[in-house]
Amino acid sequence: MSAAQAVSLSTADLPVIALGHLLGAMADDEFVIGSSDSEWTGIAPLLEEDVAMSSLAQDEIGHAAALYGLLGGLTGRDPDVIAYDREPDEYRHSRLLDHGRGDWAMTIARRYLYETSDAVRLDALVGGTWAPLADLCGKLVREERYHQMHVTAWFTRLAHGHDEPRERLLKALATLSPDAGSVFTPLPGEPALVEAGILAAPMTELEARWRSMIAPTFAALDLPMPPPTARPAMGRQDHGADFAWLWGEFNQVRRSDPEAVW
Amino acid sequence: MSEAGIQIGIARARSGATGGSGTVPRIDEAAVRLALAEVMDPELPMVSIVEMGMVGEVAVGPTIRVDLLPTFVGCPALELIGAAVVARLAAFGRPVEVRATFVVPWTSERITPDGLAALAAAGIAPPTSLEDTRCPHCASALVVRDSLFGPTQCRSLFYCRSCRQPFEALKIV
Repeated sequence: MSAAQAVSLSTADLPVIALGHLLGAMADDEFVIGSSDSEWTGIAPLLEEDVAMSSLAQDEIGHAAALYGLLGGLTGRDPDVIAYDREPDEYRHSRLLDHGRGDWAMTIARRYLYETSDAVRLDALVGGTWAPLADLCGKLVREERYHQMHVTAWFTRLAHGHDEPRERLLKALATLSPDAGSVFTPLPGEPALVEAGILAAPMTELEARWRSMIAPTFAALDLPMPPPTARPAMGRQDHGADFAWLWGEFNQVRRSDPEAVW
Repeated sequence: MSEAGIQIGIARARSGATGGSGTVPRIDEAAVRLALAEVMDPELPMVSIVEMGMVGEVAVGPTIRVDLLPTFVGCPALELIGAAVVARLAAFGRPVEVRATFVVPWTSERITPDGLAALAAAGIAPPTSLEDTRCPHCASALVVRDSLFGPTQCRSLFYCRSCRQPFEALKIV
């Protein structure tokens, strides 16, 4: 039996299509970052970090399963089919998560930018009018707090490190910067979500909140703030070769035996 | 089925009525909760799911319905727990429906005093702030947190500088 199951939901009076885009974007984000995190299992720089990255991956993929479950309930599709049986260009995770595992500094930089973005997004959903998502986000916030403590400690440690650690962090931030704000790519049908009270504010406003939230940390660590997203309309598309490789990894078992049960 | 109820993972785990002419125990909510107190957490087998605070609403009707509050959204033990609940309640001779819900979020404050005592006896410290964490082996306050993340999603790793033993503590969730 799969971890993800469709949820029976009433769709009356819901902006179903826009809600599907929101759930799909969130689920793909969590699924892709969890899959990237899991690449450290067995090869992280410290034993504690091996355990931590594996646990983070388990959390994120669990969150993805719950979100795909809601999306499955909304659309009548099998959540595993949504998670695994799409072509790479059909995924809608943010381009921030498209840069490959890289070194440890790259992983920390990507996690820091993602976790802080996700915190702002969750904050805009916990009080929402659609109970299944608002309830789930209320629970996710409690778990993500540990993720933020972990990544903030590492982000600060690398930034304070002389020479190599700081240089690697700066290099990673420079690579990620064109896509740093891509979690906040406006969603198709987004105004309907805001109007229905499911999402507290448009993505452009959430991005502004995120930037003012991280600015003091970047200033204190003397790091350059990420510039505006380079191609805002394409923030969840055009995923590139690194993601094509990751896609081949995470659905390998599924493709070899679609009926497999584990 | 409540529309607001989120079901994941173990949604719709059901047992058939067992039927038969054997003695069927008295059925009410208290009896069901008493039976659930015998279902242990697979990842922390010294505490029951009742002591962990994982049992939410229990409704006894033609079907026995049990709401479970997952400790973590991605808890991999959820299916096992759902199956154990169904197996334990089969003796009541009615269909059992178990569903996971986040309507009431599980928090570490839901663990009962008995549950905390059983965890401490097994060397797992209760969910407290870093300053208040004591070594479960020697009660020393000279402890350091080695890692926020431990062997399961709900635990962190600590080290006691007094008795020089590693130990685990539940996360504050």
